[in-house]
Amino acid sequence: MLEMPRVDLEKCTGCGTCAAACHCGAIVIVEGKATIIETLKCGWCSVCEAVCPEGALYCEFEIVIEG
Amino acid sequence: MAASIEFLQASPYFAGMTEPEIEVISGLFFQKTIEKGEKITWQGDPGEALYFVASGAVKCFKTSPEGKEQILQIVLPGNSFNDVAVFDGGLSPTSTEAMSLVNLYVISRSDMGGILTDHPKIMINVIDILSSKIRHLLELVEDLSFRQVIGRIARILLEYADGAGPKPKLTQHEMAALAGTAREVVGRSLKTLQGDGMIRMERNRLVIADKEALSQMVNAHS
Repeated sequence: MLEMPRVDLEKCTGCGTCAAACHCGAIVIVEGKATIIETLKCGWCSVCEAVCPEGALYCEFEIVIEG
Repeated sequence: MAASIEFLQASPYFAGMTEPEIEVISGLFFQKTIEKGEKITWQGDPGEALYFVASGAVKCFKTSPEGKEQILQIVLPGNSFNDVAVFDGGLSPTSTEAMSLVNLYVISRSDMGGILTDHPKIMINVIDILSSKIRHLLELVEDLSFRQVIGRIARILLEYADGAGPKPKLTQHEMAALAGTAREVVGRSLKTLQGDGMIRMERNRLVIADKEALSQMVNAHS
């Protein structure tokens, strides 16, 4: 299954800043919480994490050495 | 539940203790499971317990009055945190938070004191561990004082790609908190490193494509 950015539902206030900033149109607010509905569109650009005023979105990177 | 004998035998804190001695002290520990993102200790709280990471990763950090976070250390399995407050009896100098599902072995300050009184031979282990933590903090001071941001980020990437044991995944926010800079600066630095062909961003994987060049970047920016 394609991994998605993590949303901390306790921190998320549903303000919609992430949905407005998402270049891919992957995030919408569902029942007052940020939800990634267009999973194939998410390009992991981390803009949602950058703009979230509550620090409720996390785009984590696995760091590996090639080869 | 008591700590596992194997875990305590492998811990540098208890090196040199016999198996029967370890079996006795294992009953002084209790196990705690912490969910990802949950706080474990708070800066300014009394140092009432010493924590050993059995699995997962824990970040130790300070927060400025403006809310800026500086990660001082990421504690991986086998290592401990809250040592300073436990041994000097003061307040915890950092807060801690689970970066993944974390299993901890916890011992109270008074029980740890009792072990040191009963087994003074392990005092030398404590000196070794605290010295190693001071050395780590001195490296961080050197990094923050003398190395430019892109060099710091290059060093963090190399450190976290090191194959020795499982390492936690990092967000750009956490990279910034480790490097003592703003998240936006991390984003720009990663783009620069990618443009120079040293790294490649593959969705949620950050691949070091040219380890040699990235290492030179660390040394060049100091």
